[in-house]
Amino acid sequence: MTDTQAAVSTPALEGSPDWLRAYRLMLSIRLFEDRVNDLYQRKIMPGLAHLSSGEEGVAVGVCTALHDDDYITSTHRGHGHCLAKGAEPKLMFAELLGKAAGYCGGKGGSMHIADQQRGNLGANAIVGGSLGIATGAGLSIKQRGTTQVAVSFIGDGALGQGVLYEVMNMASLWQLPVIYVCENNLYGEYTLGSETIAGQPLDRAAAFAIPALEVDGQDVRAVYRATAEAVARARRGEGPSFLLCSTYRYFGHHVGDVDRGYYRSRDEEQLWRTQRDPITLARVWLEAEGLADSAGLEELADQLGRELEAAAEFAIAAPFPELDQVATDVFA
Amino acid sequence: MSLPETEVEAVTEELTMAQAIRQAIAEEMRRDESVFVIGEDVAEAGTPFKVLSGLVEEFGTARVLDTPISEPGFTGMGVGAAMTGRRPVVDIMFGDFLGLAMDQIANQAAKVHYMSGGKLSVPLTIRTTMGATRRSAAQHSQSLHAWVSHIPGLKVVLPSTPYDAKGLMKSAIRDNSPVVFFEDKMNYQQRGQVPVAEYTLPLGVADIKRPGRDVSLIATSSMVLVALEVAQVLADEGIECEVVDPRTTVPLDRETLIESVRRTSRAVVVDEGHRSYGVGAELAAVVAEGAFYFLDAPVRRLGAMDVPIPFSPVLEDLTVPTAETLAETVRELCGGKTREGRA
Repeated sequence: MTDTQAAVSTPALEGSPDWLRAYRLMLSIRLFEDRVNDLYQRKIMPGLAHLSSGEEGVAVGVCTALHDDDYITSTHRGHGHCLAKGAEPKLMFAELLGKAAGYCGGKGGSMHIADQQRGNLGANAIVGGSLGIATGAGLSIKQRGTTQVAVSFIGDGALGQGVLYEVMNMASLWQLPVIYVCENNLYGEYTLGSETIAGQPLDRAAAFAIPALEVDGQDVRAVYRATAEAVARARRGEGPSFLLCSTYRYFGHHVGDVDRGYYRSRDEEQLWRTQRDPITLARVWLEAEGLADSAGLEELADQLGRELEAAAEFAIAAPFPELDQVATDVFA
Repeated sequence: MSLPETEVEAVTEELTMAQAIRQAIAEEMRRDESVFVIGEDVAEAGTPFKVLSGLVEEFGTARVLDTPISEPGFTGMGVGAAMTGRRPVVDIMFGDFLGLAMDQIANQAAKVHYMSGGKLSVPLTIRTTMGATRRSAAQHSQSLHAWVSHIPGLKVVLPSTPYDAKGLMKSAIRDNSPVVFFEDKMNYQQRGQVPVAEYTLPLGVADIKRPGRDVSLIATSSMVLVALEVAQVLADEGIECEVVDPRTTVPLDRETLIESVRRTSRAVVVDEGHRSYGVGAELAAVVAEGAFYFLDAPVRRLGAMDVPIPFSPVLEDLTVPTAETLAETVRELCGGKTREGRA
């Protein structure tokens, strides 16, 4: 890829976002991940699946503040980021199943979905592995003189990677338009964050003179507001920001991580699901504001369910890559 | 090469290796505004070896960026900038520091194009050094081109002359894949004729630096100079050495290597990486597989000893192939049985 296509603005970015659209996206991600879980359990999906259920508010809140030609980099838990940035579910399912129709022709899989048409520079299976890429995209933006921004989604586990501190240093020195979005879901793989993180995460960004803010990641509107502010600052040439979004992953580190009792309790999981679910919270707000009614939202859920079912069926029926594809795309 | 041989050779100038590399980068920066240099002490300092002196004066600090001492960070940023429309030339001051940046090189740069099904690409050049005998000890003397040659998705260049260095550097910068370019730090002041006119050299084409009928010396980087010296000495003893320089380990011009060995029936591979599991081993395997039925003797390989590079000069000099050790190996291999001797 040399550069992305001309900017296509997300509707209503400069005014109030279309919250119904945001709700629909969050619900799509939830239903997508449910299908992934199902495909995996039925052994239709090979490999690993790291589900982002419970973290939809962060992905959608952030991406609602972005344009199509803004960049994101994602993580191993990246399905939500891809969908929020505009990826098509059927092409994602196809990639997850290793099919030729997938975003990467089946060569990347769940942990490497890239979609250059939407500025998605790729999910990354190395924790913190895309921090350099996102910051380099920020440098590229500055050199090319556009008003794009680059968002680097990372998990709290990436706070342990040294490269984060190297790139935050340079992003601040050179005032690059990069937004580091740390999804703090409390666990780095199978270990509680408080056992691995000394001091305060926000202080790390502050040490590089990067504006840092903690946000309720279960409140999609709060995430949007914080991101929109960071994006505006970046577009004005005022440099990077760091957002720490508190959130929770409903499933284990990956789908196979079922017996989780040794690192977190069922009660804790239930508490987040019942009290802090980003989709339920958004729904309550939409209904309270009169922006949607219960019947309409039920119908929306049914419709999305049918669409995702069809998308999954498309992927299941899609052919695998031709075998000669194994040796293509090694060099550009 | 982009111009006919005669025309290229018409007007030349004498340049050092360092000057040739600097010229190549400067020409590409003039030609394409997306080319920029990033690394430690690349601007006013022009690198410790002064290879890049003068670039910041011409192109400014926006295109010649001094970084903090953060190899993973700025190498990763090079990858990201390359994915989004730029052509970075990343400077890793010593090849030994590749270890710091290896995730960015091997897991990111090398794999982005493949993992994305060909949708994203990384037109990135990484310059770094190799070569011992500078009395710099174990962490500033290694020749680690085997590391990156082992990773699919990376191209690897090992120039031995100013002419090759300039033409290959220009191709590396224009290439749409990541290229790691190794410069032997002991070679920077080596002089050679370089065409004044624009030219490039393709990656993946070996060069026969000296023809000969008795034995093929397959040599890389500064070992090409050692091989040429040996060829001269042995010519007086009646052994005609052919010196073959692969110039790039990836892509590797297997055909030229194999054809040479089929003609001469003997081969010595000489490379400054550690002897075991290295580039020398691969080159030896390539010619052994491709020319087995033409061989009159086992393929031999010379490389750095399998020890960390020691500081003490008397010890360090023992670790790398020299003209003496190479000449002795060739004499043993030929055992007086040159083509002429047998005829």
